[in-house]
Amino acid sequence: MELLLAITIGVLVATSVYLMLDRNVLRFLFGLVLLSNAVNLLIFGAGRLTAGAPPLIDAGAYAPASVVANALPQALVLTAIVIGFGLLAFALALVYRTYMTLGTVNSDEMRVAEPMDGQDLDTGRLGLGKPDPAQPASGREAGI
Amino acid sequence: MSWLLVYPIIIPMMTAVLAFLFRNSPAGRWISVLGTIALLFASISLMVEVLDQGVVAAQMSNWEAPFGITLAADLLGAVMVVITAITGLATVVYCLAEIPERLERLGFHALLQTLLVGVCGSFLTGDLFNLYVWFEVMLISSFGLLVLGGSREQLDGGIKYVTLNLVSTIMFLSGIGLLYGMTGTLNMADLHLAVRGVENTGLLTTIAIMFLVAFGVKAALFPLFFWLPASYHTPPVAVSAIFAGLLTKVGVYALIRTFTLIFDQDVGYTHQIMLWMAVVTMVTGVLGAAAMNDFRRILSFHIISQIGYMVLGLALFTPLGLMGAVFYLVHHIIVKANLFFVAGVAKRIAGSTDLARIGGLYAHAPVLAFLFLIPAFSLAGFPPLSGFWAKYVVVKAALDLEMWVVAGISLAVGLLTIFSMTKIWGAAFWPAHPDGIKPRLSDMPMGERMAMMLPIAALAALTCIIGVLPEPFVLFAERAAQQLLDPTEYVTTVLGVQP
Repeated sequence: MELLLAITIGVLVATSVYLMLDRNVLRFLFGLVLLSNAVNLLIFGAGRLTAGAPPLIDAGAYAPASVVANALPQALVLTAIVIGFGLLAFALALVYRTYMTLGTVNSDEMRVAEPMDGQDLDTGRLGLGKPDPAQPASGREAGI
Repeated sequence: MSWLLVYPIIIPMMTAVLAFLFRNSPAGRWISVLGTIALLFASISLMVEVLDQGVVAAQMSNWEAPFGITLAADLLGAVMVVITAITGLATVVYCLAEIPERLERLGFHALLQTLLVGVCGSFLTGDLFNLYVWFEVMLISSFGLLVLGGSREQLDGGIKYVTLNLVSTIMFLSGIGLLYGMTGTLNMADLHLAVRGVENTGLLTTIAIMFLVAFGVKAALFPLFFWLPASYHTPPVAVSAIFAGLLTKVGVYALIRTFTLIFDQDVGYTHQIMLWMAVVTMVTGVLGAAAMNDFRRILSFHIISQIGYMVLGLALFTPLGLMGAVFYLVHHIIVKANLFFVAGVAKRIAGSTDLARIGGLYAHAPVLAFLFLIPAFSLAGFPPLSGFWAKYVVVKAALDLEMWVVAGISLAVGLLTIFSMTKIWGAAFWPAHPDGIKPRLSDMPMGERMAMMLPIAALAALTCIIGVLPEPFVLFAERAAQQLLDPTEYVTTVLGVQP
């Protein structure tokens, strides 16, 4: 049973890494969804698998008599699912809005915040950035 | 249980709710200001308590540790909460002048307050999974703040910020899962004891590296920092400032906490990796800054460079090194937020943050020029400002271990920092404005001028005070470092028993 779970987690992680290497942001996001599910299974597995042993204590006893399922990892997974769901909803809305505004989901084409050298506004002041032939850097414009 | 630990989380939470309800009226922003003042008082009283009593801990719902969620504050946690409140207050006041009503109606102040909730919670929690939850609270508010307004630049930067931070979160979560599988506990104090009983230490080191990667993304360490320079210059300046001051520092705090309390069994391996990551982070950050030609983008790269110093202090893992890391954390939050505020005022009166398109600030706004020089020199490490002492302690710690290369590189990075600051000075302050504008502070309405200049002046004054009277702060950092290196007090207070 552990082996099956481990293989499932491995396949999920491999698939998600493959998806996340794509330039398409939407595919990246789907990869992220798979990865977060893989991690949820991982936490579940880390709490040890006990088939058919509900975490119930006999009336009047303080501790369970035999090995029972660990309830804590399930609570953790539940929390992680809820948080992951919220983040996913936000990220999907963000990608959609970005697509509507920038007209692309290709991460290579998203250069508005960090313009490429060729289109950069910098004028080569102090001889650092890419020089602009129309305005050669002399150091004078910087006052030194 | 001590309520003092709960107030820094409850107060901004209530403020967020109220600010959201009143988001359509001017009352919303004043609620935000009042709430942050209350947070400052709460954090100071917590600080007094910690200074007085030592480590303070509280068990939520009276579930005994390690079964319930624990809140705990040692000196490091307490000082981080105080500095969060100070930066938060400065930002909220600054927002009065900068944030347009359109954003306020969208719930800007509520998001800002929930960000403070997440940050304070991260500093105060004593439970690893709870730390993950606070990280998420902080992240989702920062996502909202970053893209609120939805300009092209913001969305572009937002995509990179959101995706890379989500990867780091998942990494953190899987680390937690594996650590729980190995030790059966998530309480950090209990983990401190539990990891000592683990037989397979190799596996533990692997988990430690997962945490290093997860927190390394948050703290913007090389080679995991790419989201930061892509996004930090896009939102409103007040948002940039609070992000720059607090968010990466939460990552550094988490690194310090986990790598002193939990993962201290294979220091030779994990801290060696961290050391070289820190050194390369310093160098890439400062070189990236040298290549930029925008006020805020230069400052963004400098965050990365300075993170290197803090992590270096942790990686050296000596009392002096950790003391330097703590001192650096506090100093850097104040200075960096302040520099972003100055950039915001420059943008307001001179019209841009692109260095090629502004100028004349020294001639027409000498007060601003003076207030820029204080944090700028402090960042570069000029005596007698706070940055000098911070750098001095870290470099001294490296020299004590005879790490000449590391010490030399960190000094050279300081020099390059001065280079970037003179670059800003030489383009934005000294020459005349290229469009012939005379950027005067007096052109701003009185109220806005006060709201923008007061936080800058107050933070600059704080920098000077730490610089001129460093002794109490240094002694404090020393005590904090002792607590970190010998967490017996933390562990006994949280668990309530002798280990």
